[in-house]
Amino acid sequence: MKILILTALLLGATSQAQAGDHGASRGPILPKYVQECAACHVPYPAGLLPAASWNRLMNNLPQHFGTDASLDPDSVRQISTWLNANAATTRRVPAPPPEDRITKSAWFVREHDEVPAHVWKLPSVRSASNCAACHTTANQGVFNEHAIRIPRQ
Amino acid sequence: MKHTLLAALVFCALPVLAGTPQEQLNTFSAQAGAKPDPARGQRLFTSNHGREWSCASCHGATPTGAGKHAVTGRSIGPMAPAFNPERFTDPAKSEKWFRRNCNDVLGRACTSGEKADVIAWLMTLK
Repeated sequence: MKILILTALLLGATSQAQAGDHGASRGPILPKYVQECAACHVPYPAGLLPAASWNRLMNNLPQHFGTDASLDPDSVRQISTWLNANAATTRRVPAPPPEDRITKSAWFVREHDEVPAHVWKLPSVRSASNCAACHTTANQGVFNEHAIRIPRQ
Repeated sequence: MKHTLLAALVFCALPVLAGTPQEQLNTFSAQAGAKPDPARGQRLFTSNHGREWSCASCHGATPTGAGKHAVTGRSIGPMAPAFNPERFTDPAKSEKWFRRNCNDVLGRACTSGEKADVIAWLMTLK
C-alpha cells in the first residue's frame, strides 16, 4: 500500500501537466524528451500538437525552425514513439497548425488574445515560443492561469 | 570469451579516457596534428561567419556565465569548464553540439583543429 501511494506521488510529481491544463498528458513525461528537447526550449507538452505535426518535426530535426537539432536515430525513435502516444486528439486539435507551430494553433491564438502587443516585444519575452517568460511553471509542463506573471520589461 | 572481455575493457576504458576537457582537447589536437591555439578559438567563437549567429549569440562573448538561446530565450549553462564542471566530460555530447552548432554558425562541420582551439580557449577562462 505504501509503495502504491509513493508511486502515485512520484507519477503525480513528474506528470507533464495538471488537470485542466492544455495538452495534459496521460502519463509521466519521457526523461529523454526533456533531456534532448528541453536543452533549447520549454518541454512543450506533447498534447499541444497532433501526431502528424510531431512526426514531421521529428523527421526534419536537421532543419528545426532555422536551427540544426539533429539527433541520433535511436533517440529520435524513442521520442517519436512517446510523442505519438501523447499527441493531441483530433477533437482537441482538428488539423495540424500552420508550419506545425504550436503558436499558430487556433486555440493558442485565442488563449493569448488578451496579451497586449508590446508584451510580446519585451526583451524578456521576444518570442511566443518563450513560454517560461510568463508561464512561471512552464519548465515543469504546468500552464495553469495561477502561475502566469507578465514581466514588466 | 577473450574477445568479449577485451571488448568490455575497451568500452569501459574509453569514456574514462575521454571524460575530461583535457582529454577531449588532446583527442582533437591529435586528430588535427597541430597544437591548439586559444586565441584562434576565441576568434572563431566570437565572430560571425557570414551567417546570422556566432557562438557568442547564445553563449555570450565570455562564456563564464549563463547564456541565452537567441530564439527561445532558454537559459544555457556556462561553457567554460571552470564554471561548469559538466562541460566536455561526455564525448558524444560534445560531438552532438559541435555538429549542430558549427552547422548553424559556419554552415559546415568544424574541423578537429577548430574544436581543439575552442576548447583550449574555454579552458583558459578561470
